[in-house]
Amino acid sequence: MMAKIVAGIACSHVPAIGVAMDKGQTATPYWEPLFKGYQAAREWLAASAPDVAIVVYNDHASAFSLEIIPTFLIGVADKFPIADEGFGPRPVPEVEGHPRLAWHLAESLILDEFDMTIANEMPVDHGLTVPLSITCGQPSAWPFKVIPLCVNVVQYPPPTGARCFKLGRAIAKAVRAYQEDLRVVIYGTGGMSHQLQGERAGLINRPFDTAFLDKLTKDPMSLTTISHTEYMREAGSEGVEMVMWHVMRGALDDDAAEVYRHYHVPASNTAAALMILENRSAA
Amino acid sequence: MTRTNDYDDIPGTYVYDSERGRMGYALNMFCMSLNKADNRKAFKANEAAYLDRYKLTAEQRRAVLERDWLGMLKVGGNIYYTIKIAFCDGLTFQDVAGMMSGVSKEAYAQMMLAGGRSPEGNRYKATADAAEKK
Repeated sequence: MMAKIVAGIACSHVPAIGVAMDKGQTATPYWEPLFKGYQAAREWLAASAPDVAIVVYNDHASAFSLEIIPTFLIGVADKFPIADEGFGPRPVPEVEGHPRLAWHLAESLILDEFDMTIANEMPVDHGLTVPLSITCGQPSAWPFKVIPLCVNVVQYPPPTGARCFKLGRAIAKAVRAYQEDLRVVIYGTGGMSHQLQGERAGLINRPFDTAFLDKLTKDPMSLTTISHTEYMREAGSEGVEMVMWHVMRGALDDDAAEVYRHYHVPASNTAAALMILENRSAA
Repeated sequence: MTRTNDYDDIPGTYVYDSERGRMGYALNMFCMSLNKADNRKAFKANEAAYLDRYKLTAEQRRAVLERDWLGMLKVGGNIYYTIKIAFCDGLTFQDVAGMMSGVSKEAYAQMMLAGGRSPEGNRYKATADAAEKK
């Protein structure tokens, strides 16, 4: 008996996507092209039927302020309430955790030299709930347990891409050592190119994003050397969120295969992508 | 002594680094308080009085009261925090992004629909300046 990571999901977490779903606007001419590309992924995920999702995301001044800024944090609670980010909590189901696996991950990662912060109580914001909404639709309860794994990308500097990739490797090792038959998926969220601030707001770099998506499957190590400055210059100041995708990729097998890709501009200020990578060993 | 960083030459970009973190802490923590509905109500009822609870500089205070979104970034505001003021006003991220980039809401929305702001000519300050001078 052992747990296994079956797939990785890369998914942008634009708040406006959540608002469009919550307000029933997904069929409007503006949103329809984006949402049309989500259907196949939802079907794939429903068929894959994971037991647990590890969701790598960043908190956006919701659970954590500038008071304490954890670089890597894991949520070990059995429930995570939906955060009020300044306009009331999203009307989505509460997120159920998997404390036993989460604690196992925390212990394993720390002993593997990743100095995780452990959260027993925390609300979760759009960074986590929007990818769930994108890939699960609007169920009355989320179809799997969720382990939130937060990465700081708000206060410069975020951890490097290379460090994030190695964290993914350590997560994979920890999951393999967990003695229970569990199908696990891991989400890497945020990105792609976008800039929300300054006179340069609205920057989108489709060639950068396309190259990133191409290499994520076949040559992920080459992406781990992209510096923060290169992300910010090429993919916008908030494009640096893409470091979180490396955690997901690092947790997958080297020969993981791309099974789905959707890319659309714009979702508000952002180039939105959704990509599924499957471990061949799990197929 | 002013430290230089390799991202300083990215035009129109305010990286929330240690320098801005020191400068903007009180401003951003005021914004953080707006996550609570009661605080949003109190802020909207009397903005000046509400701001008295926080140790803002005169310029930070002015920028908040005048909704000078770009000005807030220049005095240490972090966009994920200052956007909470915009949410209080019923504005969206896209509304504020348009205002920061100095174009109308319609022009900004149109730019995004057309594929967004191109990185061409927007990677380095010198290039951005040269392009503007043409």
